[in-house]
Amino acid sequence: MTHLFFSLTLGFYVCATAAYFACLFRTSAGLTQWASRLLATGCVAHILSTVHLASKAKHLPLTNMQESLSFFSLMIIVAFLIFERRYKVTTLGSFVTPVALMMLIGSSALHMELRQLPPILQSNWFWFHALLAFVSYAAFTIAFGVAVIYLIQRHFLKAKHFGVLFQRLPPLDTLDEISYRCLAVGFPLLTIAIISGAIWSEKAVGSYWVWDPKQTWSLITWLIYAALLHGRLTIGWRGKRAALLSIVGFTVLLITFFGMKHSITW
Amino acid sequence: MNIIVIGLSHKTATVEIRERVAFSPNLIEKPLRDLIALDEIIEGVIISTCNRVEIYATTRDIAGGIARIKRFLAEHHRIPLETLDPHLYSHHSEAAIRHVFRVASSLDSMIVGEPQILGQIKTSYGYAAEYKTSGIILNRFLHKAFSVAKRVRTETKIASSAVSVAFAAVELAKKVLGDLSDKTVMLIGAGEMCELAAKHFINSGAKGVMVTNRTFEKAERLAEEFCGEAVPFEEFLQHLHKADIVLSSTGAPHIIIGPKDVEDAVKRRRFKPMFFIDIAVPRDIDQKVDDVESAYLFTVDDLHEIVQANLAQRNLEAEKAEEIIDQEIGQFFKWLSSLEVTPTIVALRNRFDEIRRAELEKTCSNWKDLPSDAEKRLEALTMAFMNKLLHAPTTALKQAGQGGRVDLYVDALRQLFELEAAPEQNEELELEEG
Repeated sequence: MTHLFFSLTLGFYVCATAAYFACLFRTSAGLTQWASRLLATGCVAHILSTVHLASKAKHLPLTNMQESLSFFSLMIIVAFLIFERRYKVTTLGSFVTPVALMMLIGSSALHMELRQLPPILQSNWFWFHALLAFVSYAAFTIAFGVAVIYLIQRHFLKAKHFGVLFQRLPPLDTLDEISYRCLAVGFPLLTIAIISGAIWSEKAVGSYWVWDPKQTWSLITWLIYAALLHGRLTIGWRGKRAALLSIVGFTVLLITFFGMKHSITW
Repeated sequence: MNIIVIGLSHKTATVEIRERVAFSPNLIEKPLRDLIALDEIIEGVIISTCNRVEIYATTRDIAGGIARIKRFLAEHHRIPLETLDPHLYSHHSEAAIRHVFRVASSLDSMIVGEPQILGQIKTSYGYAAEYKTSGIILNRFLHKAFSVAKRVRTETKIASSAVSVAFAAVELAKKVLGDLSDKTVMLIGAGEMCELAAKHFINSGAKGVMVTNRTFEKAERLAEEFCGEAVPFEEFLQHLHKADIVLSSTGAPHIIIGPKDVEDAVKRRRFKPMFFIDIAVPRDIDQKVDDVESAYLFTVDDLHEIVQANLAQRNLEAEKAEEIIDQEIGQFFKWLSSLEVTPTIVALRNRFDEIRRAELEKTCSNWKDLPSDAEKRLEALTMAFMNKLLHAPTTALKQAGQGGRVDLYVDALRQLFELEAAPEQNEELELEEG
């Protein structure tokens, strides 16, 4: 069952990503609608697949890389669908769905057997920590997509290049607002995630902060986004600088997620 | 009944000729009445804009009607027909329908897709409707043209992109600032284009207007017109940070806004983007302003480039519009030919009734010892006789109306029974149905 839903999800995401790409170059209300419908259908299949997996394993599917990638991807899609409804930014999909799709493909390439849950993970603090972390990651992924579009659109405006892509991409102001929303949601969640992670660490190994690579890199990510939010709120940082910093923040986030292993879990 | 179109446009006549042939909207009543007073003409509508003058009319005699209207145009404007004729085009029947559908859909406009033409035709038609010079056919015809134009607008992207410099400026500003409804415009100088652009921005929802000018009175006057605020020219840089959109077109021989001014303004507004349009020649705003973060500077040349690109796009969309028009012509033409049926039936009936009454009266007046109830009986007899005779041809004609042989029957009947044009009251009856 999980496998069936998972395959359906993958199929729908591939079609949706293709449709969103087409949306970059063609103005068509029908196409836009189809892209969104395909993605939403894929998202439903994804949720079913995740729920099924969770009920089989009796815990949230966040315990290994395969599960985490799939969950990360799901959170990105959910976040995007919300922003798409709110701001009518179809073209953001062309930048965000490929990221989610890659993660899902990565997840499907990994084969991990369901294993007995290590005792160290049997803590409510862990689930709380992991769940919040993924929601904040999804918000930062959207912010990343928005930052990339911002830089492209800014380039078109400064170079006075008014092509098809320029017409299709959203206004700078809208991008700026979405970016701020993502930051305003993502940053507090990341903060709580890091704190709850530290509490879990204390319960598991008896120390709040063990300076393992995962914790260190998480802190770097947090500092970058803290700087971004601080700059925005105090001197009104936006535009190119904010977009670049957002891209740097996301890169560090990916390093944290993929590259750094918890010394205490696996 | 045939629809004919006679006219001239920017494609066939220079502005000098068009000016001489134009009809003033204030004085349109007389020419409209003169037009339908012509023998050959039944209904008439006069369209007069700065780019075209056209007369739409219905007639029974196509060649005669067209020639008469050409003469009418020449006589009315006191231009020799030889001078005017080379500029005039004329269409009839299907070609006339196509022409008017294309004009209303703005496919024949100087700038394809420009929206004004439809409104102008509606106004012109309004006069004809007011003075009752348009009747059942032209009423239906023009309403159909309006709905075709609407279909073209909604189903193609012919009018979706900006093709005027002022409108292109608004579209561009939206790409930077998003929604314009809480934005403030600053107007520097008082060029015509600048005012036009300001109007477009206000129509798009811009909230505040600041006006500055070397002559403060001019600034005040313009500010009043836009319900805005006049700013003395010496102080405008202190107010720059309040503006989201800056439109500049002074006659100054040198730069009046430099990068340093903009940097300060941008900092004061916490890097909220600023949108500059420089319409002046020589330039008012230093090109380096564009290098300032959060400042976006565009010149008239940039706007022209957008307009050119959009025009090319429109011409592509025009092809789709032609397909829509093709479909609609077929439908309208079918209605037009079926229209002949009812008046012909009525005319035929009237003709028969006329003869019956005449003969009845002749008989009765010569009949000396006519019994008291005989007149009634004779009336009933002749009525029954007439109705029986007419029953078959009437049914045949009505059925033909749903098929396609209408013209043939109608023409035959008209010739065989020497029928006149449709009676007046019948038109109103049909109008209510339509």
